[in-house]
Amino acid sequence: MIGSAKPHELADELIGRAGELAAAVEAGASEVASLDALAELERTVVKGALAEVKKGIKAVDGTDRARVGQALSAAEARAKAAIEVRRHAIAAAQRSEAHERERLDLTALGTGYERGHLHPVTQVWRELEDIFLGLGYQVYYGPEAEDDWHNFEALNFPPGHPARAMQDTLYLEVGEAESTLLRTHTSPCQIRLMESQPPPIYAVMPGRTFRRDTMDARHSPVFHQIEALVVDRNVTMGDLMGTIDVFFRALFGPDIDARFLPSYFPFTEPSAELGVSCPFCERSGCRTCSNTGWIELGGCGMVDPNVFSAVGLDPQEWSGFAFGFGIDRIPLLRNEIDTLHTLLWDNDVRFLNQF
Amino acid sequence: MRAPLSWIRDFTPITAAPADIADALNQLGLEVDAIDEPGREINGVIAAKILDIVAHPDADKIRLADIDFGSGQLRVVCGAPNIEVGMVVPFAQVGAVLPGDFRITKRKIRGVVSEGMLCSGKELGLGEDHSGILTLPGSAELGSDVREILGLDDTVFELSITPNRPDAMSIVGVARDLAAHFGMPFEIAAAATGTVRDSIDDVRVVIEAYDRCPRFVARTATVVMRESPAWLQRRLTLAGMRPISNVVDVTNYIMLERCRPLHAFDLGRLAGRGIVVRCADDGEHMTTLDGVERQLTAADLLICDAARRPQAIAGIMGGRDSEVDENTTEILIESAYFEPSGIAKSAKRLGLRSEASARFERGIDPNGAMDGADAAVALLLDVAGAVGHESAIDTYPNPVERPRITVRTARVNAILGTELDGASVRSLIEPLGISTTGDDAEFVALAPTWRPDISREIDVIEEVARRHGLNNIVRTVASAPAGTVGRLTHAQRDRRRITDALVGAGYSECLTLPLVSVADLETVGAPIDSVVRVANPLRAEESVMRTSLRAGLLGAVARNCARGNPDVALCEHGTVFFAPLQGAALPDEHIMVSGLRAGVLRLAPRHADRAVDVGDAIDAVYAIASALAIANVVIVNAVVPGMHPARGARVLVSGVDAGVAGQLDRDVLAQHGIMGSVVGFELDVNVLLAAARNDQRFQAVSVYPPSNIDLAFIVDDGVPAAKLVNTLRANGGELLESVRLFDTFRAEQLGAGKVSLAFALRFRAVDRTLTDEEVSVIWNAAAAAVESEHGASLRR
Repeated sequence: MIGSAKPHELADELIGRAGELAAAVEAGASEVASLDALAELERTVVKGALAEVKKGIKAVDGTDRARVGQALSAAEARAKAAIEVRRHAIAAAQRSEAHERERLDLTALGTGYERGHLHPVTQVWRELEDIFLGLGYQVYYGPEAEDDWHNFEALNFPPGHPARAMQDTLYLEVGEAESTLLRTHTSPCQIRLMESQPPPIYAVMPGRTFRRDTMDARHSPVFHQIEALVVDRNVTMGDLMGTIDVFFRALFGPDIDARFLPSYFPFTEPSAELGVSCPFCERSGCRTCSNTGWIELGGCGMVDPNVFSAVGLDPQEWSGFAFGFGIDRIPLLRNEIDTLHTLLWDNDVRFLNQF
Repeated sequence: MRAPLSWIRDFTPITAAPADIADALNQLGLEVDAIDEPGREINGVIAAKILDIVAHPDADKIRLADIDFGSGQLRVVCGAPNIEVGMVVPFAQVGAVLPGDFRITKRKIRGVVSEGMLCSGKELGLGEDHSGILTLPGSAELGSDVREILGLDDTVFELSITPNRPDAMSIVGVARDLAAHFGMPFEIAAAATGTVRDSIDDVRVVIEAYDRCPRFVARTATVVMRESPAWLQRRLTLAGMRPISNVVDVTNYIMLERCRPLHAFDLGRLAGRGIVVRCADDGEHMTTLDGVERQLTAADLLICDAARRPQAIAGIMGGRDSEVDENTTEILIESAYFEPSGIAKSAKRLGLRSEASARFERGIDPNGAMDGADAAVALLLDVAGAVGHESAIDTYPNPVERPRITVRTARVNAILGTELDGASVRSLIEPLGISTTGDDAEFVALAPTWRPDISREIDVIEEVARRHGLNNIVRTVASAPAGTVGRLTHAQRDRRRITDALVGAGYSECLTLPLVSVADLETVGAPIDSVVRVANPLRAEESVMRTSLRAGLLGAVARNCARGNPDVALCEHGTVFFAPLQGAALPDEHIMVSGLRAGVLRLAPRHADRAVDVGDAIDAVYAIASALAIANVVIVNAVVPGMHPARGARVLVSGVDAGVAGQLDRDVLAQHGIMGSVVGFELDVNVLLAAARNDQRFQAVSVYPPSNIDLAFIVDDGVPAAKLVNTLRANGGELLESVRLFDTFRAEQLGAGKVSLAFALRFRAVDRTLTDEEVSVIWNAAAAAVESEHGASLRR
C-alpha cells in the first residue's frame, strides 16, 4: 500500500497518519480511568500503530525524509506526553483516594503516653543546687540520723544550752539516751565537711531535716533545708551579705533585695536573720508578706570561732560564713500552694501532675 | 517579752515615733513580733463623776445617773447594778467610738433620752468583765481621756528575744539598746541600800552548794498585804502578767524591769527563820505554788528553811508552804544568782518553765542581785506600807568579774568587711555598758556582767555589727578560688538521672514521711528486726524509721485510690534506716529508689486498656539501668515478702543484690483497700551507682547487613527465660549482636508442664557480610548448649 505511491504522497500520508494516531492517543488518554487501561492504550497505539507508521519512513524519498522524520517524532512526543500527563493525573487521584481512606481524627489522639512529674520540692532543690554550682560551689549531703556532736556540740550548742530548747529534737533509740537523733537542721553537714576536707570550702548542703512537731498547715515533723558554707582566708560579713544578694536575685529575679536583722545562732557570730523583699508585691505589701514587704527566709552569720576550733581549724587563720533556709518555703511561695501538708506528704497525683 | 513604751521611757527619754522605735528594735536584733496599741480603738471616752441616781419611771433594773464630766452635767441611762453616787466612771459622750467601731449616739431607752453611756471594762476592750461599770481612781480629773487614766495611750512592743540576750528580757535591757541607738541618755535611779551584814537579827542563810548558787542576797521587810495600786497593776497587765498581790506584784515588776527574778517567802512560815540552799535528795518531793506535787532528784537545787524543809525549787517555782498570802506580815526576799545550766536541766526535767527559770537558765547578772533586792524593798515601801529592815544578807564568796577582752580594730574590720577606725568602734559599744581602755588599734573591752553573751573578741565584734547596722555594711561577693569549678559528682548526677528516668517512664515523684509505724512496715513485708525506733515520738504512726520506701508509697497509692485516682505511677528516692552496723554508732542509712504502678494503663482508643502487670515493674528497673548505662542486670525469680509469692524477683546489678521487683500481694493491697493490681520495685541506689558507667568506649557500628534467626525451645515450665538468654549469649560468640525473647506459649501439644520460648537472634560482623553457613554453625552450637544445659529441645 505505501511503497508504490507518488514520492510526495507517501510522505504526506505518513505525516497525516501519525497526526491522526497522536490525536487518537490524546483523545483516548483523557477517557482512560485506570493505569492498566492507559498502559493498554500506550501498548496498542504508541508502541503498536505509531511504531508501524515509523517503519514506513524507509520507503520515503530522500528529499522528504527529514520532513517526515520530524513530523513523526513530533507526533510520537505528543502521544507520549498525553500518556504521561494522564498517568500522573491518575496516580495523583489514586494517592488522594488513599489519603482520604487513611484520614484520622488527630483531635482524638495523644492520650496514650504520660510522662511523670518531678516533685516541686525536687525541682526547687535542683534549681538551688544549680545556682550554687554556677557560683563554683560543691554539693554535699550528710546523714539524716546524726550524733549529738555534729548536730549540737560541735556547732557550739553545749549540753544544757538554752538554744537546744529552740529545736524540738526527735531522738532515736540508738546508743546512750539522747546520743543519736534525727538532724534538726542541715548545719551538721558543715561539721562533716570541715572534718573531711581542708579549706578553702565553698559548698552547699541541701537535705531533709526533722523536728518534733505535729503536722498542720505550717508545720511538719520532716521538712527540707539548704545550707551554704564558705571557709577561706579573709571572708567577711560583707561577702556573706553580697553572696546572699546574688543568690536570691538568681532565684527570684534581678530586683530582689536581701535584708539582714541581727539574730542569734550558736554556730555563727555575728548572726542575722535573712529576708528578701517580697517578690510578689515589690515591697508594697501583700498577703504573702503579711503586708510587711519582706519575707523572712532563714538565718546566716560568720562561722563562730568555737566551731572552727571544734573541727581543728585555726580561727585566726580562717574565716567563713554560713547561711541556711527552708527549701519548702520556696515552692509554697512561688506556686501559691496552700499548706505545707499539701506540698509535702499528700501525694495526690492531681497535685503532683501540676508541676 | 512585752515592753510598754511608757515603762521604757522611765530609763531613757526617747521621743521617736512607735514605728521608728520598732524599726530600731529590729535593727538591733530585738525582733518586734507585734506593736500593740490597746487604746487605739477608743475615742471620746472621758472620766465622769456620778452626782445622783434616780429610778427610771418605767423600768426596775434601769436607773438614771446624773453625772459631772468636768465641762458640764448630763443625765444618762444605766443598766449596771454597781453604780453608786460619788463613783468616777468612764463616760462615752455622743460621738465617742468604742472598740469594734461602735459609735455612741443619742438614744431613747424606755422613753428616756440618754446622751451617751457609762462603760464596762469589756466595752472598752479591757478583758471580759461586763458585770458592771468600770471604776476609775477617785483622783482622776473629770473630763480627762480615759486612755491616759488607764494607760491605754501606751504602745506595747511584743518582742521575740533570742536566748543569748537574757538582759533584753527586761525593760532596762531594751531601753539601754534603744538609748544607744538613738543617742539618748540612759539612767537607772539608785535605790536606797541598807547596811550589809551576814545576818539580820535572827535570820541566817546557809549555802551548801556554792557551785549551783554562787550568790544569795536576802532582805527582809514588814509589809501590809493588799492589792497593788492601779498604775502597778496596769504595767504588769500591759507586760502580760496577772496582778496577784502587792508583794508578788513587786517581785514580778522587778523581774520584768531588770531581769532580776526575786522570790518573796513568808518569813513567819520559814521554820527557824532561816534559809538553807541545798541539792535535793533523790526521791524527795515538794508541793509547788501551783499545787502540784513535784518529784525531785539530786540534780535539783532547793531553797529550804532552817529545818531543811524545801520551800522552793531554786530559780523555777516557789513552794506552797511559805507562799505569801493575806495573813503575811513579814517577808524574806530572795535575790540570787543560780548556775544557768543546772536551772535549765531541772526546768526541762520537771517540764516546768516559768518566767523566772527562763531568765535564770539564760544567765542573769550576778552583780545586780543587791540592786534588785533594794529596788524591790524601795517599791514595797511605796505599795505595801513596808518597813524595810535596814540590812541585808549577801552571800557571795567569789564575785564574778567583768570579762577583759582584747579587741583588735583590724580584726573587727576583717570579720565585718568594714573600714571603721578604733575610736568609732569604741564609741559604738560604750553606750552598751562596755567600757574600753588602751589604744584604738588594740584595746581592752570590759564587758558588763549582765551580758553573759560577751566574753570573746568575736562577741564584741557582733556588738559593733549590731550598732553599726548590718545594712550599712558594703556587700561584696566571695568567689571560689581560681581553678575550682562547681559541679555535681558523678554520683549526684546519676541520682538525678535515676529519678529522671522514672519520670520519663511515667512515674510521678512523691515525698512520703520517713517516720512510720511498725505495722506500716510489716504490711508491705519490709524488715522490722533491725528497725530504728524514735525515742520520743509524738504519735504511734510516726514511731519508727522506715526500712522501705514501699510503706509510704503504698499509702500514697491507697490515698489516691480512695480519692478516685486508682491509675497512678508513683516513685520516691529517699533514705531508709537500719540499726547501726557492727562497730558503727549511727544507724545504717541506705538511699533507695522505689516505684509503684497501680490500676489500669489507659491506652484506648489506640490500643486496648490493660491492667498493670509485673512486666511494668521490670520495665522500670530496666529504664533506670539504661539511664545509668548499666548492662549487667539480672532478674532472679524469688519469693519476696509482701509480694505475690509467684510474681516476685530479686534484682542483681553487676552481681550485687540491688533490691526487689514484683507484683504486690493481694492481702497487702486488701489491707489498704486497694482493689486493682499494684506492681513495683525498690532498689538500693548505692548499688546502682557503683555499677553505673561513665566510661563507655566507642564501639564501631557495623555497616554490613545482619543475619537473623529465630529459635524456639520447648522447656520445663519454671526454667527462667533469662537463663536461656544467658546460655545463648555465652555461646553466641562475638558475632551475636542481640537476643530477644519474642514469644512464650503453653499448649497441650507441647506436653504438660512445658513451655515454648522463642528467641530472635541477630548476628552481625563489623568487617563483612556473614554467610548462612558460618551463622548456622554458631546458632546450632548455641541451641545445643541450651538443650543440654536446660533440658530444652529446639523446635524444628
